[in-house]
Amino acid sequence: MSGLRGAASIAGAGTYGLGEAPGQSELEITAGAVKAALDDAGLKAADVDGVFCASMTYNMGSLTLCEYLGIAPKFSDSSMIGGSSNLAHLLTAMMAIATGQCDVALVAYGSNQRSVSGRLVSTSRPDPFESPYGPRQPITSYALAASRHMHEYGTTRAQLAEVATAARAWAAMNPDAFLREPLAIADVLNARPISDPFTVRDCCLVTDGGGAVILTSPERARDLPRPPVPVLGGAMAHWHRAITNMPDLTVTAASESGPRAYAMAGVSVEDIDLVQVYDAFTINTVVFLEDLGFCAKGEGGAFVENGAIAPGGKLVVNTNGGGLSCCHPGMYGIFPLIEAVRQLRGDCGERQQPNPEIALAHGNGGLFSSQVTLILGTDGTL
Amino acid sequence: MPADTAAPGPEQAYFDALADGRFMLQHCNACGENVFYPRALCPHCGADALVWREASGRGTVHATSVVRRRPEQGPPYNVALIDLEEGPRMMSRVETIAPEAVRIGMAVTAVIDRSGDDPVVVFHPAGGGA
Ligand SMILES: [Zn+2]
Repeated sequence: MSGLRGAASIAGAGTYGLGEAPGQSELEITAGAVKAALDDAGLKAADVDGVFCASMTYNMGSLTLCEYLGIAPKFSDSSMIGGSSNLAHLLTAMMAIATGQCDVALVAYGSNQRSVSGRLVSTSRPDPFESPYGPRQPITSYALAASRHMHEYGTTRAQLAEVATAARAWAAMNPDAFLREPLAIADVLNARPISDPFTVRDCCLVTDGGGAVILTSPERARDLPRPPVPVLGGAMAHWHRAITNMPDLTVTAASESGPRAYAMAGVSVEDIDLVQVYDAFTINTVVFLEDLGFCAKGEGGAFVENGAIAPGGKLVVNTNGGGLSCCHPGMYGIFPLIEAVRQLRGDCGERQQPNPEIALAHGNGGLFSSQVTLILGTDGTL
Repeated sequence: MPADTAAPGPEQAYFDALADGRFMLQHCNACGENVFYPRALCPHCGADALVWREASGRGTVHATSVVRRRPEQGPPYNVALIDLEEGPRMMSRVETIAPEAVRIGMAVTAVIDRSGDDPVVVFHPAGGGA
């Protein structure tokens, strides 16, 4: 796999309709993000010959999107592994480019689920061994995992709330974020309870929105207008589907995908300047910081205390405000990726970090199930 | 119909047994592991040598949550993961005590609840105490 290091670079990224986009269809939102990414890359739809699209509503997402955009691709992929799908697509796209299956890959996602339903939508067949008990999915699954982390390691609700307050403080510096007003730990603890130990403020937003990235060879990316962002490393892993079958409720497959991605990139945890992780729930950030090696297993709660992952803290995490405060249109995976790209290119305005060179983007899908870790760099790191 | 598809598959067989009042687990004659949820192939070794054994019903709460609703939607209820004495883990709920009184590590006993449309395995605190 190390042969794929730097095999492709991100040449463009775009978002559209973050927050509320009433009256917009899913495809209109996705197309808006595609246009933004293509404009960013200085390319046209006719230049795209590889399309990667998973959808919450179209089970052949790449067919639907290609038809909509008038693209006849040489390669496409609609694989669905939940919220990490878009990051998995980047990995597949890199392989497709490296092997000559396509030259310019589009990875795109969009959803109008806030405007059409106002809640998280599941498109899966109900699990006959879980659904009779009425878990409020996906929330209760992550709540069960949180209960176990609290039991084994003494993690507290206030520590979980730190994740939400840090995300909100970052969101305050992101004009695209959906919720930007100040949030205190007490606000999180006293919010409407959903599934113990979570209140509504431990849970991701339900928004509309789309995101897209353009991937091409490092050589071609250098001829395009924006600073290329090479993909230095990438790996996926999954160990279960339903929370009942997660081998250890406190350890995700990120503990496998992370080290493999680091090995491919030739980096260690200390080299990473900023971290964008899929924070569907407050417990996610705590567990991913552990599993990705930023602290030891069980120490994630203490690690995030006292604003450690808020602006000015000891680790730069989720600078866009995350799924908790920026956006969460059903599947969030493409947004940590886009935020990492924007930080590496210096696009982030008030929340811009000083000259980051290596960024981690991590996607989570299902019920703490599918994990995809990507390591991105500046062209100088290639 | 070929002989090997004439009988109900393991999923249907599990629910048929439950309707008859028996909570069954699978046991793999090839590797010795116990299996839940019911499958056609053993997830530990891949063999199709799975046979049914009645569960002891003894378990321990591994994780627990309380699903909260708006008052008009009904009272809060428990959702828990139960480690069965035989090894597998299952989702269920602990009844007869307040949902927030369910504790990780609590010993529980399986009961078949027939109050709904379909029978379902739930758990009570072991010994019937509250
Ligand atoms: Zn076996």
